[in-house]
Formats: sequence, C-alpha cells, structure tokens
Amino acid sequence: MSLFALIAQETPQFLPQNIAFGVIAVISVVAALKMVTTSNVVHAALYLVLVLASVAATYILLAAEFVAATQILVYIGAVMVLMLFGVMLTRAQIGAEDDLNHDQRWIGGLVAALLLAVMSYALIDHYGDDRLPETIVPQTTAEVSDEIFSTYIVPFEAISVLLLAALIGAIVVARRD
Amino acid sequence: MIGQPYLIDVDWGDLVQAVITAVISFAVLLVSVMLMVWFERKVVSRLQNRIGPNQAGPFGLLQTLFDGTKLFFKEDLIPAEADRFVFKLAPYLALVPAFLMFTIIPVAGDFSNGHDGSVMVGGEKMFFQVIDPPVGILFFLAMSALGVYGIMLAGWSSGSKYPLIGSVRASAQVISYEAALGLALASVLLVTGTLSTNGIVQAQSGGFTSWALVTTGFVPFVIFVIAGTAELNRPPFDLVEAEQEIVGGFHTEYSSIRFALFFLAEFMNVVTMSAIFVTLFLGGPAPAWDFPWIDLPLPGALMGFIWFFGKLLIFLFMFVWFRATLPRLRYDQLMDLGWKVLIPLALGWLLVLAGIRVAQDNNIGLADTAFGDTLIILVIGLAGLAAGAGLLAAAIKNARNEASAVALPTSGIVGMED
Repeated sequence: MSLFALIAQETPQFLPQNIAFGVIAVISVVAALKMVTTSNVVHAALYLVLVLASVAATYILLAAEFVAATQILVYIGAVMVLMLFGVMLTRAQIGAEDDLNHDQRWIGGLVAALLLAVMSYALIDHYGDDRLPETIVPQTTAEVSDEIFSTYIVPFEAISVLLLAALIGAIVVARRD
Repeated sequence: MIGQPYLIDVDWGDLVQAVITAVISFAVLLVSVMLMVWFERKVVSRLQNRIGPNQAGPFGLLQTLFDGTKLFFKEDLIPAEADRFVFKLAPYLALVPAFLMFTIIPVAGDFSNGHDGSVMVGGEKMFFQVIDPPVGILFFLAMSALGVYGIMLAGWSSGSKYPLIGSVRASAQVISYEAALGLALASVLLVTGTLSTNGIVQAQSGGFTSWALVTTGFVPFVIFVIAGTAELNRPPFDLVEAEQEIVGGFHTEYSSIRFALFFLAEFMNVVTMSAIFVTLFLGGPAPAWDFPWIDLPLPGALMGFIWFFGKLLIFLFMFVWFRATLPRLRYDQLMDLGWKVLIPLALGWLLVLAGIRVAQDNNIGLADTAFGDTLIILVIGLAGLAAGAGLLAAAIKNARNEASAVALPTSGIVGMED
C-alpha cells in the first residue's frame, strides 16, 4: 500500500490538509537544498524566501493565521529584504560565483544532521503518538496576545530586552567616533 | 465552520462565490487603475497649465487603454547581462501584492445606524470585500512588505548600474518607512480595538467625530499619509526612479508589456493605498453624517459605495497634487524625516493614546471623574512627548556638533584609512 493511501485510510478527515502539507513540504525541502547548493548569493536568498514562505503556509494549514502573517511580515518582509539589501550593496554579481564553495561543507552537513537529530528526538519525545484533535478551531489574534501577555510575559520581555541590546550593539559597532 | 473538521466538506457554493468576487474585484480594480492613470495625467496637466490627453475617446479617457495596447506590441527586450528568470519574474512580484492588498478593503455596504455592512444575497450574508481574514489589517502590512521584492529584484536582475542603484534606494526607503507606517496603524488599532477591516469601519460608523482621523488625534493620520506616500515611491519620495539622477531607476531596462506591468502595479498601489487611508482613518463606506432632510431612494449599500468613492477621490487627488507641487527630497532628508521625526513621533503618540485608553478603561483615581483622569493622563503624556522630543533634538544637535568637530582628512574618502 502506498504511503498516500495509508495516510488517506488512517485519517480520512485530514485528507486535504495532508495533500497540501505534502506539496508545501516538498517545496520547502527542495528550496532548502537549492539554497545551500546554488552558486549565486541572490538566488540563495530567494530560495530562503521560498523556504520561509512555505513555513508560513504550514502555519496557515495549522489554522495559526496570526503566526503566518507575522512570519511573512518579519522574516520575508524585513529580515530577507535587509539581507538582500546588504548583498546588493556589497557584492551582487549576476551569474555563478566560484568562491562560494569551500571545503568546510562536510562540517556543515554534520552540524545540520546533528541539529536534525536533536530536534527530531525532542519532538518525538514530547509528542510521541499524539494526534491532532478532530476539530481545529482557528486561533484569533486576541487569544494569541492574551497568552503572550499572561503566560509567556517573562520570555516575551526577555526577548524584547535582548532585541534592544542587539539594536544598541549594532549602532555601537556601526559608528566609530 | 467552527466545530466541524477543519477544511473538510468543502462547500463548492462558497468556492464559486469566492472566485467570482475575486474576479469582479480584480476587474473593478483594473478599470479604476486605468481611470487613475488618466486622472493623474489630466490633473497634472491642468496644474502645469497644459491640456493633457484629449484625443483618445471623450476627454481622452481611452488614452490608457491605447497606451497599454501599444506597449503590448512593442519589442520585449532583455539585457544580455540580465538574470533572465528573475528579470521575468519581477513584474509579477510587484503586481500580485498590489492586488492582494485590495482584497481586504470594504468598498461598499450599509454601515449607518449600526448596520454591519452586509447584504443578503440568496439567503446568504455577503460583504463588499473579497476576504475578511482574522489577521485583517496585518495582511495589508505583510503584502506591502512583499511589494518591495518586485522593485528590488527588477533592479538587481537588470544587470545594469542605474537600476541597481534604484533598487538599493527602494529597499532602504521601504524598510525605513515601514516602521512609521506600522506604528501609525497601531494607533488606529488601539482606538478601534480590532484587526478586521470590517470591524475598523464599524467602529468609525458613528459619523465624522467617530472617525479614527479624529479619535487618534490627527497625528497618526499625517504620519500614515507621509509614510504611505514614501512606501509607494510616489513624489516627493520618488528617489527610486529619479529621472534626473538614475534614468528610470529600477525599470530602466524594462520595455514592452513588462514595463506596463510595473506601471500597472504602481498605479494599483496608489489606488489601494488611498483605499487603505479611507478605511483606516475616514471610516470607509460609513457616512460622515446623516442626511435627515433628504431621503434618497438608494439602497444603503450603494450609498456606502458613494461615500467610499468620494473619500477615495480626495486621496487620489492628493497624490497627484503632491506630485505636481512638491520637489523631490534629497536622500539624507528622506532618512532624517523617517528615522528622526516620523518614527519617534509615531511611537510617542502611540504611548500617549495607550495611556488615555488605560485612563478610560480603569478607575485610576487621579481625579473625581473618568474624564478628569483622561485629561490628566493626556497632559502628562503630552508633557512626556515634548520632553522626549527635546531630548532627541538635543541628541541630534550634539551628534552633529561632534561630527563637524572631527577634522576631515584632506584627501580621500572619510573612513578609508581604517
């Protein structure tokens, strides 16, 4: 029995989601691989945009629309634009670049494999055979903000301070007078 | 939907309805863009003491259509140095967000006397907007952030100097003004208390005095209009395509239908941004006041559209007026305005509004009445704002003095020696 038929038999009510997830996952993985193998910096950045966008699509699939909008707004709309901006200001030649590859790729691969193993272990350890509930109610922005500003207020504030420190640090590094 | 398995049992009627509304709104937007191009050319001509297009059709109305047709048949050039795939992709990346942004705007509907702007069609409740997502106006911010990709990649992929300079300017400008845009928008959300565009309009449906323009105290509106104009790269913020300096900026190398797509995206953005202004600050299709003395035999939804269109025209004219009147900003002026004026002011004003909100909601007990509390908080807030502005001005002045005190090297570029 094919994997597809197995999934369809196991959870028939989630068939549309499973198909959508498959498509998004394939796009995400292919884009991620292309991102590290392409020999053009701007293309690499664009593949990264595709990866981040497919993550946002996964959030929508999980009915977390606020998180998806934030993902697009912050990562695609700000971080990647800034990255491309930096690349274009410094070096943005069109076509392949030869000096992008170097001999540390095996170490990189090892670190990636290690990261994958740790994250997989953590996820499987925590969720095990848990299933999604039969009904997923889309979360409203108000619910998300209630959670952030009550249960998770300390991590939230800690991250705020961390970002502020990074901001000030960037300014200190940038100006040398 | 809630309580049922998510996404299962797709209602095909809903699907067809969604597709139809999307197609209709796209067609309406295209026609309005066509008319906007004509409107801009005509008004600018009049402001410059010219006549403008007057040959194609009555009053030259069909000029845009003819221009578009002409561009269709022009040769499509791709520079030899270009990154071909990205070069072809860029115009669509500019166009798609411009349209998607429009889908969340309620363009008509009866919002008077507490109606929610819906109409009953065949026993189903329908709204005059394509979608009303739970994230609402955040969707607008996300799409406006995506819009810069088209310009950036167009400039880079052309493989040419001026377009690259144009696209670098564009990305710097958009990043700088996005923060002010978001903060001004947050003020509106604070007052209306909802993210949904329909909810925002409903919160402003109590006539002129309930508009966010008034309830947020005008300042966020001014900031939003300035930041919005900069976000669109419209004059006086059109450094991205400053003709005297960098030819056409990011679209220098574009010709034929790809150029037309950029042109279309630009004007679509103008219409959409004006509609966002109207929705956020002027109450969208909600009437400014009732007409008790005349009883128009029109359905409420149509009256809503007339109100919306009237308000929209104000901003469309404003954009054209800006273009005809204001000289282009210099690059340092652009950055100064964004970072040293708009962002601090927007942030400070947001804090003042938040303070007022707290004073209204809770019984602080500074004064006998809630109104007294609000007044005291307002005075404290404005004093804080003034103190902050003074500090910022002093810091800027200090930094300028220090910078000018550093002796400049006699030759070479500053900072080259280290």
